[in-house]
Amino acid sequence: MIRVQREDFDIGAELDRLAAGNPRIGGIASFVGLVRDFNLEAGGDDRVSALTLEHYPGMTEKKLAEIEAEAHRRWPLDAALIIHRYGRLEPGDRIVLVATASPHREAALAACHFLIDWLKTDAPFWKSEETPRGERWVEQRAQDDAARKGWR
Amino acid sequence: MSVQLLYFAWLRARIGRGEEELELPPAVRDVAGLLEFLRSRGGRYAEALADLSVVRVAVNQDYVERDHPVRGGDEVAIFPPVTGG
Repeated sequence: MIRVQREDFDIGAELDRLAAGNPRIGGIASFVGLVRDFNLEAGGDDRVSALTLEHYPGMTEKKLAEIEAEAHRRWPLDAALIIHRYGRLEPGDRIVLVATASPHREAALAACHFLIDWLKTDAPFWKSEETPRGERWVEQRAQDDAARKGWR
Repeated sequence: MSVQLLYFAWLRARIGRGEEELELPPAVRDVAGLLEFLRSRGGRYAEALADLSVVRVAVNQDYVERDHPVRGGDEVAIFPPVTGG
């Protein structure tokens, strides 16, 4: 399931709902991305007071659905969930939730890791940071591209 | 032919608009040709598209390479590498 929304989400409620009514599920793996208050590339010197996430409505949902379908092809999952927020967020705010449910932990953990790695390089979102030196657009990290290629 | 152009992130900011419908000359057949045509409009376009190595393109909501054809009625989005998650 895919959701792209401005509003926050309740992690506990979302994970409960993912497994509800399916006693085959033996485990849920999850990843929660948060807004941090520094920029990785700036070596931690640049304080980030807020982040604005822009996305490409339509293509975002399409790409997330493709990534989710790919995870289902690769692992025996009973359920998967991706929630990604957009708009202005502050340090500590939740940005993204990826959760996967399966009878066994291996599939759930691997698929969850796969989903967040692919999401970072394939879903059309862009972050702009508010710093003491003004607004700056976040640049893509080479490590993210390498992480995605590691799943081929 | 005309296409629907969408710009995102700093490309939107530098070009100064998020979308526009544009009539393309017949010589424009693919993404590379479209980018060259936009650059030839000069001003903000030439400035925003100065370094094409940091420009990504999607046609009808799929990522494409520079040799992908552009046809009338296409939705063509131009943006920097994505940074979500």
